[in-house]
Amino acid sequence: MATSSVSKGCFVFKPNFKKRKISVPIEEYFNEGKNESEDSKLRFETYQVIWQQMKSETEKMQEELNKNLFDSLIKFLQKSHSGFQKNSRDWGCQIKLREIPTAALILGVNVTDHEFTFRSLTEAIQNNVTPYVVKLQARDCPDIKHFLQKLFSQLMDCHVDVESKEEEKDIQKKTHCSMDSLSSWYMNVTQTDQGKPRKKRTSSQWQSPPVVLILKDMESFTTKVLQDFIIISSQHLHEFPLILIFGIATSPVIIHRLLPHAVSSLLCIEIFQSLSCKEHLTTVIDKLLLTTQFPFNLSEKVLQILTSIFLYYDFSIQNFIKGLQLSLLEHFYSQPLSVLCCNLPEAKRRINFLSDNQCENIRRLPSFRRYVEKQATEKQVALLTNERFLKEETQSLLESLHVYHTNYFLVLRCLHQFTSSLPKYPLGRQIRELYCTCLEKNIWDSEEYASALQLLRMLAKDELMTILQKCFSVLNSSSEKQLGSTAKRIEELLAQLQSLDAEVKEEEDASGSQSKGLQKTDLYHLQKSLLEMKELRRTGKKQTKFEVLREKVVNFIDSLVREYLLPPETQPLYEAVYFTAAHTLHEHLNAAPRLALHTALNNPYYYLKNEVLKSEEGCIPNVAPDICIAYKLHLECSRLINLVDWSEAFATVVTAAEKTDANSVTSEERNDIIHARFIRAVSELELLGFVKPTKRKTDHVARLTWGGC
Amino acid sequence: MMNKLELNEDKVLEVRFVGDDDVLNHILDREGGAKFKKERPQLLVNTKKIIKKPEYDLKEDGIEVLKDKNYVEVLGRDVQESLKNGSATVGGNKVYSFQNRKHPEKMAKLASELAKTPRKNVSYSLKNDPEIMTDIPQCSKGHSPSDEVQLKNNDKSEFISTTRVLRKRLIAPRNHSDSESEYSASNSEDDEEVAQEFEEDTNKAILSPKTQAQNRVVSAPVYKATPSKKMKRDKTSDLVEEYFEAHSSSKVLTSDRTLQKLKKAKLDQQTLRNLLSKVSPSFSAELKQLNQQYEQLFHKWMLQLHLGFNIVLYGLGSKRDLLERFRATMLQDSIHIVINGFFPGISVKSILNSITEEVLDHMGTFRNILDQLDWIINKFKEDSSLELFLLIHNLDSQMLRGDKSQQIIAQLSSLRNIYLIASIDHLNAPLMWDHVKQSLYNWLWYETTTYSPYTEETSYENSLLVKQSGSLPLSSLTHVSRSLTPNARGIFRLLIKYQLDNQDNPSYLGLSFQDFYQQCREAFLVNSDLTLRAQLTEFRDHKLIRTKKGTDGVEYLFIPIDNGTLSEFLEKEEEES
Repeated sequence: MATSSVSKGCFVFKPNFKKRKISVPIEEYFNEGKNESEDSKLRFETYQVIWQQMKSETEKMQEELNKNLFDSLIKFLQKSHSGFQKNSRDWGCQIKLREIPTAALILGVNVTDHEFTFRSLTEAIQNNVTPYVVKLQARDCPDIKHFLQKLFSQLMDCHVDVESKEEEKDIQKKTHCSMDSLSSWYMNVTQTDQGKPRKKRTSSQWQSPPVVLILKDMESFTTKVLQDFIIISSQHLHEFPLILIFGIATSPVIIHRLLPHAVSSLLCIEIFQSLSCKEHLTTVIDKLLLTTQFPFNLSEKVLQILTSIFLYYDFSIQNFIKGLQLSLLEHFYSQPLSVLCCNLPEAKRRINFLSDNQCENIRRLPSFRRYVEKQATEKQVALLTNERFLKEETQSLLESLHVYHTNYFLVLRCLHQFTSSLPKYPLGRQIRELYCTCLEKNIWDSEEYASALQLLRMLAKDELMTILQKCFSVLNSSSEKQLGSTAKRIEELLAQLQSLDAEVKEEEDASGSQSKGLQKTDLYHLQKSLLEMKELRRTGKKQTKFEVLREKVVNFIDSLVREYLLPPETQPLYEAVYFTAAHTLHEHLNAAPRLALHTALNNPYYYLKNEVLKSEEGCIPNVAPDICIAYKLHLECSRLINLVDWSEAFATVVTAAEKTDANSVTSEERNDIIHARFIRAVSELELLGFVKPTKRKTDHVARLTWGGC
Repeated sequence: MMNKLELNEDKVLEVRFVGDDDVLNHILDREGGAKFKKERPQLLVNTKKIIKKPEYDLKEDGIEVLKDKNYVEVLGRDVQESLKNGSATVGGNKVYSFQNRKHPEKMAKLASELAKTPRKNVSYSLKNDPEIMTDIPQCSKGHSPSDEVQLKNNDKSEFISTTRVLRKRLIAPRNHSDSESEYSASNSEDDEEVAQEFEEDTNKAILSPKTQAQNRVVSAPVYKATPSKKMKRDKTSDLVEEYFEAHSSSKVLTSDRTLQKLKKAKLDQQTLRNLLSKVSPSFSAELKQLNQQYEQLFHKWMLQLHLGFNIVLYGLGSKRDLLERFRATMLQDSIHIVINGFFPGISVKSILNSITEEVLDHMGTFRNILDQLDWIINKFKEDSSLELFLLIHNLDSQMLRGDKSQQIIAQLSSLRNIYLIASIDHLNAPLMWDHVKQSLYNWLWYETTTYSPYTEETSYENSLLVKQSGSLPLSSLTHVSRSLTPNARGIFRLLIKYQLDNQDNPSYLGLSFQDFYQQCREAFLVNSDLTLRAQLTEFRDHKLIRTKKGTDGVEYLFIPIDNGTLSEFLEKEEEES
């Protein structure tokens, strides 16, 4: 069946029923398209296992991060409604009763992730406070009528009784939505609910549960709608207990800017701040990447691309995780040895079943080759010829890789403790920046590291001690005791620092007497003595005990870094667990369609590797595809392009390209063909959005782009 | 190349600048002496850092320093790495240059290049089509500057837009007379300067845009020779001026020639296709190779579709054939819908209808589109065994690019068991999607530059330029007019003639009803204005006549068909009678 027609644009294809039942399992797609199936099934399973783990981990994390916020919100909801319950005659209470309790939830600029937050918030409220939760979006409520209608229909849906649903639907259709009908509906529902024996919802002991209305994007609501709604509902508050939650992207001031004082005074606002997305990202990286829980790792470039997309484009954790998923998939899809990318015991088991082909793959790994070259000759031969020996060696290498990672993350965290508090943050404030630098190269070769060490040599004692204490707890936090001696060493240093106190006092006395002597000299002498002091300090003769100890600490951390923070490329077999193809990630997540068009039009040789098309930058050979020539010519024009001139210029170029070999066709026919080609090129350019027809002058088209050559 | 150079210059400049500052600090510090121990190491640190990246110094907080350069660098590196299917070797900053604008040099280069290539061709065109091409050989003859200026003066009045191109062609020969080699910066400088002066002396006033164009060409090498900050500013401001020059409200200067005068303008769809079929496609081997590359991705696409991603294809060339092949190889055993976004009658409604009616076999109707969407979403959520592939050619077409349509398609695509694979072609297509839609779509981008002609996509009448659209209105015109009474035909002809007589009048609104009635009466076509009105309804029903209320409240009648078609229609009519 053809898929082009002049009468319709949708073509449905339904295979007959029998065929449809045989659905191809997804694994098929994973290994097909490649000739050899190197453990592809296993790889795909591993991918799914790891991805599921990561996913559940992130979900758990999100829940935890939101927990605080939700708890306080729910507390607020319960508290604010209690006044309504008591029905007290207290004057203050009555004043309060006129005010709608409002929670301003400041979420920061990010639309996509908020959906998730709101969804879990709704769930939390429904479980804890009230069944009546309504979410509204500005898009759905252009005016107060729609606003109320939406509110009404969603409230109906909240009301869980199935049997009455039908009749309510009718009510909804019939009744004119107003606040009156809403409150009467509410009375109705709460009373009937009281009559019935209640099965669940023990948590909400309210006789009349409040109605929570969440406005997801408060800023984009029309002010008129908001004002009207607030005024109306404040009038009905005593019979329709409403609580508002505003989702705010900018700052709480916006409430007062949107609502005049007369309206905002009807609200009783409390502000809640959600966690910033940057902190969120830090936790995600911390939990998913800086851990040995997941064997999968990202290379420096990949990590940088993912964080850049996050920081420069969308601030979306979900997108970050999507990027992570894609890199995981790509890794398992493209790297046959990724079969070893699982937890250590399992990987060891898998090594035993590796095929000859896979062994060959191991031998081909650059990192493994480097490793082999360092070995003695007989061992080299054994590694390259004996499969058995290779497998054993691989097992031990994997183990050392695991140890490397354990130590790596611990030391990284320690180093981060040291550098995160330095002035100007030479190594970055976030651990991810530090991680990136460490992944990229030997960090101790960088100037930033040198300057950081210099700054560390100037730390005060108490700062140093707190940092060391933190490091100590970091090292102790890990279950694996790889760096046990290091922890002990830190403990020693700490003890030494503490015992310093007494000696420091003496030191101070000594220096104090010296400064006393200085006071009486004149300017000349002062200068002189200062110079002397400088001399002294430069040679470093007079170091206090503390300074010596500090030097020791710095040297100690330096040695730790040099020993453990080697870049992953130095480790044999690192290819199995590191995803390095940053460009694929960038291509698929953050593509540049305009750039691709630009290249295709300007430099066809990039795609069509034909020597004829080779040319210097900025110009195009006249044999290039028609559309490229037409494009190039149109770049020369300003806003309007005369089609006749354009077509002539086009014809000139194209006829030159066609050598006079076309004797068979008459010149008339050839002209027609060229004209047809020109028409095609122009209409293609129109489809691509470079030109559009214009009515300003006959037979002209307007250019839609500027520059771009 | 130049970019790098520029960057280096930047760095050199920065270093010198900060170095001075630093030296000053250094001296002050030595004199002060007191804070010596505290300041010094930090200063050391500073100098190093500044040399590396100046941003650190600018942003005191220094934390989340937006390392723009680093980022760009990373991306640039990646792009270079991807030899196979990368977006481009160009690297972002060349297309959208923010930091260092390179346009002037590039334009100059292009101009010189264009001067090179087409000049060879001129002789051909002379033979083939001497009448039209006269202006080009004329220009290319010119070698001595004085000659040129004259020539330019002569043809300026008429073919400005072409001469814009030609002007540039002219410049190059002067710089290095007959040799076709690229000019080098060193030896041609003097000549150029002389030429420039000469140019300016002779006709500064008249040729101001021209000289500007020259300036660009001429000055490029000069800039190369002596880079300085001031010059750079000049360049950017030059670009700005260029922009406003082109977009100013002043009249656009282009030649007045129209396609009507050339007799070859009228091609209908069929002849166009016939003609194009005679063209032997070039580079077929390379294109085949490209396509094979993309076909290898089919399995990967299926995998990724199943894992919850949706796929969007971009790049020059029609992706329809590719998607068709994908459909043929991978989707034979599953339910799928092919949607031609380029089809002028497509709408979201029709997409949803084909899902509900043909895929889900639902016979009922829906109150509105959103209801329908909800119903579909529920259906797919309930039945997880249901799977549906959507193939959309040109997701960015006129009909589907609206916000509502995109929202609905995005919501569909976010369902776990609906898989969407779409293609986009428009330059600005990604602007359709905000963050919300993008996260719903969950795109994976694939570049598939195919260079294949957009035959299907541009085949619908309204997607082509004016010259093509003549055939359909014309045939419908003749068709309608044949079914009319002679009187009605006469009335219509009257209106056509009036409209053609007034075609050069820019303030022409249409023929007022009263005047029209008067004319018809004089020609004995109607006897009362009621009969005229009755006749007019006939035309109105066929959309052959439209009415507009003028400022004075009078009704004006006009025919919404372009004049070329109308005059052709008249000719035909006269032939017949």
